[in-house]
Amino acid sequence: MTSEAVVHGVEWTVKELFVYPNEFIYWSIQIVMYPYMTGLVAGAFVLSSLYHVFGQKDLKEIAQFSLVFSLALLPVAALPLLLHLQQPLRAMEPLLTPHFTSAISAFGIVFTAYALIVISEIWFVYRRYFVDQVHELKGKEGFANMLRLNVYRALTMGSFDISEEALRVDHKAAKILAGVGIPVACFLHGYAGFIFGSVKANALWMSPLMPVIFIMSAVVSGIALCMLTYIVIMEWKAFRKRRTEGVTAAIEIKGAETDIINTATKYLLGFLVAAISLEILDLIFRGYTAMKSWDILRSVMYGKDFINIFVLQYTLGNLVPFVLLLLPGRTLKRTVVALLLVLFGVFMMRWNVVIGGQAFSLSFSGYMHYHIPIIPHSVETFKEGLFGALTVIVTPFVLFWMINKFVPSLERGEEAKY
Amino acid sequence: MSCSRRDFLKQACGGTLASVLPVSAFTFLSPEEARAAVENANVRWAFLVDTRKCVGCGLCVKACKNENEIPYDAPVTRTWVERMGGRDGFIDNVINGEEIDPDNIAKAFFVPKLCNQCDNPPCVQVCPVGATYQTDDGVVLVDRDWCIGCGYCIMACPYGVRFFHPVHKVADKCNFCYHRITKGMNPACVESCAFDARRIANLRDPDDPVTKIITTERVAVLKDEYGTKPHVFYIGLDENVR
Ligand code: SF4
Ligand code: SF4
Repeated sequence: MTSEAVVHGVEWTVKELFVYPNEFIYWSIQIVMYPYMTGLVAGAFVLSSLYHVFGQKDLKEIAQFSLVFSLALLPVAALPLLLHLQQPLRAMEPLLTPHFTSAISAFGIVFTAYALIVISEIWFVYRRYFVDQVHELKGKEGFANMLRLNVYRALTMGSFDISEEALRVDHKAAKILAGVGIPVACFLHGYAGFIFGSVKANALWMSPLMPVIFIMSAVVSGIALCMLTYIVIMEWKAFRKRRTEGVTAAIEIKGAETDIINTATKYLLGFLVAAISLEILDLIFRGYTAMKSWDILRSVMYGKDFINIFVLQYTLGNLVPFVLLLLPGRTLKRTVVALLLVLFGVFMMRWNVVIGGQAFSLSFSGYMHYHIPIIPHSVETFKEGLFGALTVIVTPFVLFWMINKFVPSLERGEEAKY
Repeated sequence: MSCSRRDFLKQACGGTLASVLPVSAFTFLSPEEARAAVENANVRWAFLVDTRKCVGCGLCVKACKNENEIPYDAPVTRTWVERMGGRDGFIDNVINGEEIDPDNIAKAFFVPKLCNQCDNPPCVQVCPVGATYQTDDGVVLVDRDWCIGCGYCIMACPYGVRFFHPVHKVADKCNFCYHRITKGMNPACVESCAFDARRIANLRDPDDPVTKIITTERVAVLKDEYGTKPHVFYIGLDENVR
């Protein structure tokens, strides 16, 4: 076999018993990453909307941050899809010739609509800041200042009016956008669930609950990631301030505030309970109705994938953080551990859906095992291997770092007037 | 320009008619051909597999790989033959030196598999760009120049007949050798089967001998519970075939 004629999936699929010849794990790690990343986007946005729409004042600071972070996460929701295509150069085709009976065809449209909402909301929230920056930088010398000035000029888009009236309009617009954004964000992710839930050929995926389960776990993971990133950045800032400016300054520059974390935790727990209840309902229903596919599903869930599903996902990823967050006397460190576990749990849920759904043959008489490529030796084993997944994970943080250079989403207290 | 729109249309229509008339005037179409030219309503391709006749020689698989240029060594194929029944698929009653009751292997038989050219094909439904589509005569085709390689169709087919072509990197599957059947030839697998286990039929032609078998004898289809309305009919299926 020449290197050209490699069959997609052969590299990482191991078959057992009776499996049809053409069956492989066609949807691999990137398709695990896709719902995981869109979930984070949707969740981050919902968290920010809790403040903007429902006026959860104590969430203000983390809300600003979540909004900007969800912009950084946005391109990364499309990246895994791109990486898994066999013909990535044709990625624009779903926009050119959408075939609307397909769930994937709407991706481009929903994604673009959502991106526009997020970007314009950020613009309305930070417009005043852009204008202030332009005025501040105007007389300053130096190339860097010139550059910044021009960037901010472009960002204002020619709208320099910062009168009371204009700012009120800004505020209102941001609120409306945040409100519209919630259903769109849920749709963006709920329909990722629909992509799986509507595949009637797949006994594990096919379930009308799938979109709802996806949305709930999405919000859980989004809130968890935002909280985690927020805590880490704030602690790091406080730590640095303490080092450079001594103890007095450190009192003013507090780390992550406990009340913000407390409120966010409450929402996190609520959505976590909803997500787990739905998943358990799905499981019980399958066992109770015991359709033809139940035999093989049971052998996968209670046998081959037992560790993945019941130990890693439900126990380590759901139960343990649940207890950690609920037990009294929660410290910041404990919260961080719990959040990491929550993120891990949601990832395992995606994994168990995507990979678990391909763990058994359509013949219901055989199994397939996925061995994720670690050391890449070809483009394909890079893209659909560990390093491809890591690329997807790292990108949003790099993007956030860049965006944050121009949009101060981490300012607090006095500075945070925007 | 002094040419009014009306004049232009008149001339254009006249010109078109004049150029078309001589050609069509000398082409004699049979009633079937004429109907086919208007709409393909008189053709619906289907397939008949007689599992009682198949001996599992696999010549059809070879013929298909040659005809449709699927690399021979690649572990993917447009059609394949499953060995069913018996004791774990053994055809001899001495297994690991132990003699097995011949009754246990009496049911051993072979089942050729291929795309069912479903009437309600989920693969077509889920293709985000319309690269997988259904022709008027019922065959589902893949446009190699337009497929983005997302694999959704592969996931959606309950029969597992689809795969990524190892060279072209797009979705691929059996199409009843569409390039042959539309020219009046048999699919390569049908041609190569020495036992008449595989036959192609036009369901709209009541005089087609294979159609007669499908309509008058007891035939079954695979996995009809998915509502795909498959069009590969089997004689001699067993509940163990899936
Ligand atoms: S058998 Fe599969 S590939 Fe063929 S038409 Fe039906 S769903 Fe599509
Ligand atoms: S792999 Fe190709 S033919 Fe199949 S659904 Fe995707 S774009 Fe359509």
